[in-house]
Amino acid sequence: MTTALNPKYSFDTFVVGSANRLAVTAGRTVAENPGAAYNPLFVYSGSGLGKTHLLMAIGQAVKKLAPGLNIEYLTLDEYVEAFHAAIAAGQGDAFRRRFQGVDVLLVDDVQFLAKRKEMQSELLRLTEALQVAGHQIVLTSDRPPGEIADLDERLISRFSGGLVVDIGPPDYETRVAILRRKAEERAARFAPGVLETVAGAAFDNVRELMGALNRLVAYQAVNETQINAETARQLLGLKAEAAVAVGAAVSRAAAPAADEFGQFLADVTVGLGKAVEAWRARVAEAILRWEGEGYRTRRLEALLQQEAPTAVDDAIGAYEKDVERLKRLEGEVAQLDPQASGQSLFRDPERLADAEAAAAQVRAGGAPPPGPSAAFPLASYAVGPSNDVAVSAVRDVIARPGKKYNPLVLVGKSGLGKTHLLNAIGLELARARGAVVACLSTQAFIDELIAAIDGDHVDWWRARYRRATALLLDDIHLLAGKDRTQQELFNLFNLFLDKERQLVFTAPAAPGALEGLEERIVTRLGGGLVAELSEPDRELKRHFVERALGEPGVPPDAALLDYLADRPVDSVRSLVPVLQRVVSAAAAQDVPLTAGLARDVLEGQPREARRSGGPRTSGIVVSSLGGVKSREKMVWDWPDVADRLIEEYR
Amino acid sequence: MSLVNFTTREITCKIVYYGPGRSGKTTNLHYVYGRVPDARRGRMVSLATQTDRTLFFDFLPIDLGQISGFATRFQLYTVPGQVYYNATRRLVLQGADGVVFVADSQARQLDENLESLQNLQSNLLEHGVDVRAMPLALQYNKQDLPRELILSQADLDDALNFRGVPSFAADALHGVGVFETLKGISELVLKRLAAGSTA
Repeated sequence: MTTALNPKYSFDTFVVGSANRLAVTAGRTVAENPGAAYNPLFVYSGSGLGKTHLLMAIGQAVKKLAPGLNIEYLTLDEYVEAFHAAIAAGQGDAFRRRFQGVDVLLVDDVQFLAKRKEMQSELLRLTEALQVAGHQIVLTSDRPPGEIADLDERLISRFSGGLVVDIGPPDYETRVAILRRKAEERAARFAPGVLETVAGAAFDNVRELMGALNRLVAYQAVNETQINAETARQLLGLKAEAAVAVGAAVSRAAAPAADEFGQFLADVTVGLGKAVEAWRARVAEAILRWEGEGYRTRRLEALLQQEAPTAVDDAIGAYEKDVERLKRLEGEVAQLDPQASGQSLFRDPERLADAEAAAAQVRAGGAPPPGPSAAFPLASYAVGPSNDVAVSAVRDVIARPGKKYNPLVLVGKSGLGKTHLLNAIGLELARARGAVVACLSTQAFIDELIAAIDGDHVDWWRARYRRATALLLDDIHLLAGKDRTQQELFNLFNLFLDKERQLVFTAPAAPGALEGLEERIVTRLGGGLVAELSEPDRELKRHFVERALGEPGVPPDAALLDYLADRPVDSVRSLVPVLQRVVSAAAAQDVPLTAGLARDVLEGQPREARRSGGPRTSGIVVSSLGGVKSREKMVWDWPDVADRLIEEYR
Repeated sequence: MSLVNFTTREITCKIVYYGPGRSGKTTNLHYVYGRVPDARRGRMVSLATQTDRTLFFDFLPIDLGQISGFATRFQLYTVPGQVYYNATRRLVLQGADGVVFVADSQARQLDENLESLQNLQSNLLEHGVDVRAMPLALQYNKQDLPRELILSQADLDDALNFRGVPSFAADALHGVGVFETLKGISELVLKRLAAGSTA
């Protein structure tokens, strides 16, 4: 079914001229990178101009470069015939599977798809499947996709989606080169001027040209004499004028061989023509190369629009220099901020200035440092006598950042809401125009510095934090023993204090009681305000329970609130499992939440409530029964804000 | 000299015929001149002594017409072969795109040939040009002389063509090998043009 690739049809035997250079270059690119460069590659031309040769040359080249790939070459008619046979044998699916497993599909003469709707659908399915799988498709036709009669719009768009190139009739120089090569293949030697005379005739395609050559070869072989240009002209029935092509070059080529100067001129014309046109090949090669690497090539394409641009090599060189610069910039940016790399501007040499600016921004710390979590608004923070001093200080800091309490150190045991308050400050400060609030756990801060040292971009890391208008670090005690981080923080500390930018920290104990921190850090922490968060008082607990259990407009039972607020707990966080036990029990028994129920659950037998306390995952527990009405999730152990965020979005 | 001027759409090739005195450089140019149609050739400038020795240089401009949209001209020069005109030779060599070294095939002239070849290399170096980078063809002229007086092309290749450049046997007086040599050097020059060395 599938036609074998003819070994004669290779790139080596393909005579390249200006009319087919682009198609050949594209074909070579496709053969070197199947499925990667132009997919599909659609080649169209009139009959006898080398489509089949090119298609098979691609197949041969792929076979040579990657022998393991599955290559299929066939004409559309063969494809149709095979499909019909498969359908008749009830093997339609096997047929489809077979072609979907092809790595490089070469289909000749797809113009015969015209008015074959069922084959169009089939080919559409196949091209979609192959493209999705990254397999290469190369198609040839005698006309562009849009001109194939009644071709499905989707196929037109798919065929045009890769690269559509045409092959034009060969110019005089290419015709001479083709004739010389073919004559050599046939071991035929002609008198000077004969091949040039043939090439000067207006043959529409290479096949006719070959036919003319064959006649001369045959005549010469039979008569055992070398024919001259005039005899050739007579044999081929060419009029004197017909042998003269439009250009002066050809007229010179057709001049009698005895005319030494004319012969010399013809030779020089061919050589010079090739040399002058060589710049087009260089530009086209550069375009194909850089397009293949994903760069925009508008500047080079503009060169091709000109007839004879000045300093082509300089232009290509300048373009390549810009691309190299873009590569360096992108590499540098990727190291500093992976998210910032991969932008299209790093692929467009025309936007080199933008890329330079973007890279400079990244170098200067353009990527903002981690900010506060939106999950901790100040409005949802429960306030009572045990924390009202701290909250009042927080409000002052928000009102006058960097001016009143700088730094502010929130101190308290675990579970008292320090992290909530820290993020709440961050959220409020971030509202100000131009504010860049860095709010993160101390552990994340340490990890970032280590990564920066590892990636050799500490300067960039520093710049990133120096841009911040406020620095909020959770669990500052984790700096213990981290000398380098303490050094960096010390420098930042001084900068922020000098510039009156707000610093806020949280710690489990007063700075003086923290071990492993350098004295200079401790004294600076103590230099602002150290606000302590005490064990939750009754009022705070009542507010917390009310918000946790209440529904909008329906406050919980007052006796229940009082009962739960009186429970002896050392932190708000430890109230959470208590509430969950009560809520779970109410849901299990299908009774309303009351003080009596809570008393039974918490003071009597634990029953089902304990079992349904919910899984302990990353330290965040959400009521699995929905009994806690508030949307806020309860936390008893936050390793860091990121964990909380991950849980929020699960 | 710029070989290709894209701005004015002109291509100019300067080819210098170099070699010892009386080797036949001017004869080459005369033969070419005689074969170029009137419309395509400029006036041949020849500054010669009364004994027909080239005093300064010969200059033959040939207009090849429009090729690929470029007005194409070949400028053929000869240099005075005599030893004492070295300054002129150096001057003529300046900006050459290709050199044809015309050797005298007579056995007794071998030393002069070698000396002139060395002189060519030295003068090119004066212009900062390495002879290996310059398109060069050798022509062994006077091959029509009696066999016993001349060296064969193979012998001359052994003696002179140590760089393996194209060489041509010639009888410039009767035109044998003249256009072959010109075509050979043109191909080398155009090859360099295709490779992008247009400066």
